[in-house]
Amino acid sequence: MNERLVSLRYRYWPDHLVGEILSKRWTETAIPAIVLVIVAAAFSEAIPGFLSAAGLADTARQACEIGFCVFGMSLVIIVGGIDLSIGSIFALTDFCALFCLDVLGWPVWAVIPATLLAGALLGAVNGILIGYFRLRAFITTLITLIVYRAAYDLLIFGHSNQIAAAFPDIPIWNFIGGGTIFGVPSIVLVYAAIAIFGHVFLTRLRPGWHVVAIGGSRRSAFNSGIPVRRTIAQCYVASGFLTALGALFFAARLGTVGGDIGVGLEVTVLTAAILGGISLGGGKGSVAKALIGTLIVLLITNGLTTLSAPGGVNRMVLASILLIAAMIDIRWVKNRNRIISKVYVSPTYHAMPPIPATDPDSGTPFALNDRLRDVTEIGVGRIEAPEDIILDGDDNLYAGSRHGDIIRFFPPDYERMEVYAHIGGQPLGMAFDRNRSLYVCVGGMGLYRITRNRKVEKATDETNRSLRSVNDDSRLRLADDLDIADDGRIFFSEATVRYEMHEWPVDGLEARGNGRIICYDPNTETTRTVLRNLKFPNGVCITSDRQSILFAETWGCTVKRYWFAGPKIGRVETVLDNLPGYPDNINLASDGNYWLALVGMRCPALDLAWRMPGFRRRMAKRLPVDEWLFPNINTGCVVKFDEQGRILESLWDLGGVNHPMITSMREHRGHLYLGGILNNRIGRYRLAHADPDFVHYDRRWGITA
Amino acid sequence: MRDRNDGPSYGRRVTAAVWFRPSQQNIVFALFAVLFVLFSLFLHGFLTTDNMLTLLQNVAVLGILGLGMAVVVIGRGIDISLVASLAVPPGLVLQMVQNGHSLPYALLTAFALSLAFGLVNGWLIAYAEVPSLFATLATGLFLAGLGQVALFKLDVVQWSPGMNALTVIGQGTIAGLPVPILMFGLTAIAVMLFLRLTRIGTYIYAIGDNPNAARITGIPTRPAIVLQYVLAALVGAFAGLVLAASVNSMPTRIYNSTLIYDVILVVVLGGIGLSGGRGGVLNVVIGTLLIGTMLNAMTIMDVSYSGQNLIKGLVLLVAILADSFVNPRNEETAQQGDI
Repeated sequence: MNERLVSLRYRYWPDHLVGEILSKRWTETAIPAIVLVIVAAAFSEAIPGFLSAAGLADTARQACEIGFCVFGMSLVIIVGGIDLSIGSIFALTDFCALFCLDVLGWPVWAVIPATLLAGALLGAVNGILIGYFRLRAFITTLITLIVYRAAYDLLIFGHSNQIAAAFPDIPIWNFIGGGTIFGVPSIVLVYAAIAIFGHVFLTRLRPGWHVVAIGGSRRSAFNSGIPVRRTIAQCYVASGFLTALGALFFAARLGTVGGDIGVGLEVTVLTAAILGGISLGGGKGSVAKALIGTLIVLLITNGLTTLSAPGGVNRMVLASILLIAAMIDIRWVKNRNRIISKVYVSPTYHAMPPIPATDPDSGTPFALNDRLRDVTEIGVGRIEAPEDIILDGDDNLYAGSRHGDIIRFFPPDYERMEVYAHIGGQPLGMAFDRNRSLYVCVGGMGLYRITRNRKVEKATDETNRSLRSVNDDSRLRLADDLDIADDGRIFFSEATVRYEMHEWPVDGLEARGNGRIICYDPNTETTRTVLRNLKFPNGVCITSDRQSILFAETWGCTVKRYWFAGPKIGRVETVLDNLPGYPDNINLASDGNYWLALVGMRCPALDLAWRMPGFRRRMAKRLPVDEWLFPNINTGCVVKFDEQGRILESLWDLGGVNHPMITSMREHRGHLYLGGILNNRIGRYRLAHADPDFVHYDRRWGITA
Repeated sequence: MRDRNDGPSYGRRVTAAVWFRPSQQNIVFALFAVLFVLFSLFLHGFLTTDNMLTLLQNVAVLGILGLGMAVVVIGRGIDISLVASLAVPPGLVLQMVQNGHSLPYALLTAFALSLAFGLVNGWLIAYAEVPSLFATLATGLFLAGLGQVALFKLDVVQWSPGMNALTVIGQGTIAGLPVPILMFGLTAIAVMLFLRLTRIGTYIYAIGDNPNAARITGIPTRPAIVLQYVLAALVGAFAGLVLAASVNSMPTRIYNSTLIYDVILVVVLGGIGLSGGRGGVLNVVIGTLLIGTMLNAMTIMDVSYSGQNLIKGLVLLVAILADSFVNPRNEETAQQGDI
């Protein structure tokens, strides 16, 4: 009864989503976003009409003017610097715009580029000093803050009266300052355009990546050939340009050159940037963060002004909110990864029937024997991690290796070897197609093809994104084994979508159906997921009717059959159930039956633990990884079964002398070749009563030697 | 006469090299010396005893603040709230005495306020791990707001007769030297002794040089960081008292000025890098002298306030540019997060 409740609870409550949602990059921005919502709600409660359309339009204009400066500051912070001179640049470019318009009488189309150019030049001074002359950003922009401010004060001393006296009534200028398009203030549109571009720039474009890389580690960026000095200089130019853009709209809206314009703006802007979560020191930040930070600061200051709080209260509230938000945010960013590592592993309920007997005298087909003790060894110590092996009609032996190569051994003695092709990721299951191209599942990379002239080509590395998953499951994380249908379609398994290849035991700890069967069609070059939620699908093999595949579910300890064509299309039936071990690759035998590798044998402890998800979750939270339960893969065997689900024989190496660990086997001309992902050798076992001319893929494609 | 090629001669060359080692400190000092000589030769009324004393008196408060800032900057932090420390607790003393409290009671309250403020700063930075630039920005804002709302009746708190016992630290002379200069000197000696002779002073250098290494070594980095900010707050409050005593009031709106930027300039220009672990009291003195000389000369030349700022800024720019040419930084030697 109790166990029944447990099974229901784990069946319907999606534990794994918590970790997946937290692993999303955007959750870094969660705290600033929540603060923004709270601030907005609090003020709209306290001030009637605070969030009304008119109020928002006015706030929006201010927000965007400051927002441009925050973008500039954020960019500079992300590249690892700081720009304190923003307030003074703002004042100077505001003056520049109004001076050109009111005193020099320039037309608006000339004023705009002149102002922006002025901003870019003022930024360029910072950029050259900090980027090329390698001055410290803080002290340099502090000095330019003073210099620019002094220049501004000197300039308005002579011209403020002229500017104050002028009332330019130019429609386009008024439009910049107060116009709307479909009710949206003009500045908001420009701001949105810049924000979208900024987002694309930082996340999708090469120069944006350079900026983030330099901020993250200037030395590494320099050593990897990024033009560090130029990029840094350009960031300051951009900062000046963006500030000038804000000042331009400000000039058009208010048209004044008061003495206090831009005083302390750098503090507001810096506050907004940091509050949004852009960390000082560089390398981290986004447009969304800058936007949220701007809105928080502006809502607070405007809200307090509207409440007509005394200046001192205003300051105290602002300071308190800033500090609290910063403290929570710092805690959050610091602990987020720790939380993720604790909650990401989410075991579920998985009950298995009792393990079938394998004792030597049990009389079951699994009875232990020593038949594999006499295998001969190929390439001992010269190959690492041959997960799968395959042989062609010329008796060449191909095996994957941990170093990302396909190794070829030459007959007859398989002493000589060469690197047949370099792929770069760990090769797993392999199969020849009709043209003798070798298809390989590569862990972490996807499905690859090696043509007969040894050219490595990517077949596919992504499938359709499922709508309901939180993790982006379109990328192939762990393509495992494959087989090829008559029409050329390739069915391959992806063991898990939640973990990387080296984390496969953790997937076993979860025992959730995280894997899937995927179909790649080389004719249309499309990839589609055909079966989901499988418990570590592993070996795949086409059946005799050519309308279905057999696939093994490692943690399910089952072999199932899936029809992709014919009258039973789409159906899944269980062929083998409750295996005594964890099934791995499946391959055809010469007598029409199938070889199945059991990579390891089940043990009662893990079976029991699988029925206790709470126990496994506590283990994952409280113990270091190397003390977790681990599925046994020390001893395995090879079994032969038929399509009706009968076990015909089993081959063991009882003492674990030569081949204790088997992930794959391939029958070839009277021998069985054995591979293991943790082995440093390939085994060769002589089969009695086997077809001496059997070549797996020659028979598959009807090629006769 | 020894041979040119033997040891001591070589040793002499090394000594010479050390003497002319073009560190930022020496460059700024050289700049100060050049300016001083130029002004002395060409600027009428510069090199007089009276003017020299005025010069020093004008920068005494800035220098004291610089010392407080130096302690924090050496420990790889920055204290933007120093001007709030300067304005609010001393303003509170003046206000309380004005309201009829006794001077010691008022001083004690202000001391407690400064102490609490420094502790909050230190806690935020050392334990809550808020970046110092941001934490002190916010706490400074908070303290200034608190003063405005709860402590002061007017923006300028006037000196009242009850304060007269303290007049001595801001006005008058001892042995011919104006007292503010002496106060600067005393603070400088105290800070120097603290940094040079106490164990915790050494800790602060270690923390500034490499906080993680210091922590691994077993240095109680967090308490040491808290102490830095407490010291800065107390030194700031002391500077405020000197300022109030010398101008007979506490203009609390000083918080809105750009004084903090001048303080940072004094410290950094003198050669205390913002990356921490380098420099000492001498650097602050040199920085203060350079700024003081420039401001004084420009006042004599009757340059407007903005003009002074402009020239000051340009000279500073030249100073750090020269430093960058003599001591170039590159991608290999730059410290990450060193802005």
